[in-house]
Amino acid sequence: MMAPLFSSKLLIVLLFGTLFGLILGVLPGLGPTTGGALILPFTMTLDPLSAIVLLTSIYCAGTYGGAITAVLINTPGTPAAAATCLDGYPLAQKGEAGRALGMATVSSTVGGIFSVIVLVFFAPVLAKLAYEFGQPEYFALAIFGLTMLASIGEGSPIKNLIAGAFGILISTIGKDFMTSIDRFTYGINELSVGIGFIPVVVGLFAISEMLTQSTLLDQVFKRVALKAVKLPSLDDYKKTWKTILRSSGIGSFIGVLPAEGGTVASLIGYSEAKRFSKEPEEFGKGSIEGIAGAEAANNAATGGAMVPTLALGIPGSATTAVILTGLIIHGVRPGPDLFREQPDFLYGIFGAMLIANVLFFIFGFFGAKLFARITLVPNKILWPMIFAVSVCGTYSLSQSIIDVWIMLFFGVLGFFMRRFGFSVVPVIIGLILGELVEGTLRQSLVIFDGNWLMFLTRPIALTFFILSFIALAFPLLRSKKQKK
Amino acid sequence: MNNVHNKKRANKSLPFFFKDEFKVFFVIIFFSTILLISTFTFDKVPPILNRGIQPATFPKGLLVLIMFLTTTIYYLSFKNPWKKEKKLPKPFFLTILSFILFVIISKTLDFFLAISVLSIFVSYNWGEKRVFYLLLVGILFPLVVFIFFEMILGLRFPPGIITNLYYY
Repeated sequence: MMAPLFSSKLLIVLLFGTLFGLILGVLPGLGPTTGGALILPFTMTLDPLSAIVLLTSIYCAGTYGGAITAVLINTPGTPAAAATCLDGYPLAQKGEAGRALGMATVSSTVGGIFSVIVLVFFAPVLAKLAYEFGQPEYFALAIFGLTMLASIGEGSPIKNLIAGAFGILISTIGKDFMTSIDRFTYGINELSVGIGFIPVVVGLFAISEMLTQSTLLDQVFKRVALKAVKLPSLDDYKKTWKTILRSSGIGSFIGVLPAEGGTVASLIGYSEAKRFSKEPEEFGKGSIEGIAGAEAANNAATGGAMVPTLALGIPGSATTAVILTGLIIHGVRPGPDLFREQPDFLYGIFGAMLIANVLFFIFGFFGAKLFARITLVPNKILWPMIFAVSVCGTYSLSQSIIDVWIMLFFGVLGFFMRRFGFSVVPVIIGLILGELVEGTLRQSLVIFDGNWLMFLTRPIALTFFILSFIALAFPLLRSKKQKK
Repeated sequence: MNNVHNKKRANKSLPFFFKDEFKVFFVIIFFSTILLISTFTFDKVPPILNRGIQPATFPKGLLVLIMFLTTTIYYLSFKNPWKKEKKLPKPFFLTILSFILFVIISKTLDFFLAISVLSIFVSYNWGEKRVFYLLLVGILFPLVVFIFFEMILGLRFPPGIITNLYYY
C-alpha cells in the first residue's frame, strides 16, 4: 500500500501538502476547499499521483488545522471545527489550552486513520457494486446525492435545494454535450466551452470570504496563551476512548454521504458525545469529551468522503469535489474501472492519507504554537495577497481573463448567498454533478424510449429514488418533531 | 433570544418590498424568468436527430424547480420571518468598487497593474496606512506571484503596459 510513496518526491509533496493544509486550516475563512482550488493550477507541473497526494494531504491537515484556531481564539479555522469551539475555547480559558489541543490532535488523528481504514475496505466494495449501475442508476444516485445535501446539509433544506439546482443550471451553460447546441452563451464565444469549476469555487469560497472579511474589520480576536500541546492523560483517554471511536464511526458514515462532510459530522459527533456522556452538564464549559467527539468526527469524514469520490465519481464534500476535478484534469477517471486498472495509484492515495494523518499529528503536537501565530497576520495584508494568488490561479488554468471575471461575479454572488442563508457548497456539488445528472437522464430516456415510468422498473434506481424521498421528507419530520 | 425576537419584529414592521425575504424572492424569480424566456430561443434538434429530450428541456425544468422552491421559501417566510441582517459597512462597498476598478484596469491597461491597484486600494481602505506594507502587498507580492507563475508554470499573462516590458 505504501510502496508508491517511498519516493523522495512524493514524501516532499506530502510534507508540503500537510504543512500548507495546516496553515490554511488555521486561517479563519480559508480552508482545504479554497486551498485545494488555489493550488490546483500548480499541480499541473506534477504527475497525477503527486497531484492527488498533494490535494488529499491538504484536505486531511486542513480539516485538523481548524481546531487550533477554534481552541485558541474561539473562531473555527474551518466550518468543520465550529463544534470544537464550544468546549475547546472554554477549556483554553481555564488555562488548559495545551490539554484541549492535545485531545483535538489525538482524536483528529484517530478519526482520520479510522476513516482511511474504512476507505480501504469500503471503496472497493462500492466500486464493485457500481458495475451493476447503468445510466438510470447513476441518474438516481446523483439525485440521491443532491437530496442528501438538502437533507443533512447546513441551513434550510429548501435553500440548499435551490443552491444545488443553481449549480446544475451553471453546468448547462455552453454547448450541449449531446447536440452541440449553444445554451445561455448569448453570443459570447468564451462561454461556449462552459463555466469552469475553478473560477466558481475560488469565487464562492475565497472571494466571497474576502468580502465577508471586509464586513468584520472591527472584530478583535482574543488569543489564549499556549505554552505547549500536552498529550492527553490516562484519565482523559479512559474518559474519551468510546467517544473517539463512536465519533470516528459517525464521521466516516456521514462522510460517505454526499453532503457537507466534516461540518455536519462534527456537529453530530459532538451531540452524540453529549448524549452518551456521564457528565452532559459539562458540555459547553470545557468538556474534554466534547472536543474529542467533534474532532474525531470531522477528520473521520475525510476518508469517508473519498469513498464515493473514488468509487463512483460522486464527491462526498466540497473539498472532494476539488479533488475530483484534480483527478479529471490529470486524466484519471474515477469509478469502478480505476480500482481494476490503477490499483497502485489508489493505494498511493490511501497511503498518503494515512501518512498525512500521522504528519499532522507530529506538526500539530510540536508546532501548534507556531501555527497559531499565523493568525496574527492582519487581514489587511493577508486578503490582498490571497486575491493576487486567486486571480493568477484562476487565470492560469485556461489563460482566459473571462475566467477571472467569472470568479469575481461568483465571489459577489457567494457573499450574498451566505448573507441570506444559502450555503455555497450545494452549488459546487451541483456544478460537478450537473453533467452526470443531465447526461444520464437523457441517455436513460433514450433507453426507455421516452417513458419516464421505466425508471421505476430498475430496482437499484428505485431504491435510490425512495432514499431520495426519505432524505427530502426527513427535514420535514425533524422540524415537526422539534415543534412538538 | 430577546435580540432575535427584536430583530424579527424589526423586520416584520417593514413594508414587504423592503424585507430581505422579498428582495431575495424578487431577484431569483426575476433572473429565472429572464433565463427561462431565453431557453425558448435555443435551437431545436430535428426530431430524427433528437435522442431523448430537447437541449432546452432540462434547463427549463431546473428553472421551473428553482422558481417553485423560491416561492415556497417566500411563502414559509410569512410564518417565520428571516432575521434582519446588519447594514453593510463602508469597506465592503469599497472592496466591491476595487473589483470594478480591477475589471476596468485589467481590460484597458494591464493585468498586473490591476492586481497592484486592487491590493493597495483594499489594504489601504481596510486600515493599512504604512507605506512599506502597502508596497509589500501591492508591488512585491504580485511581482513574486508573477515570476512564480511565469517561471514555474510557464504561464503567459495577457499583454498590457507593464507586462509588455517583461515580454518584449
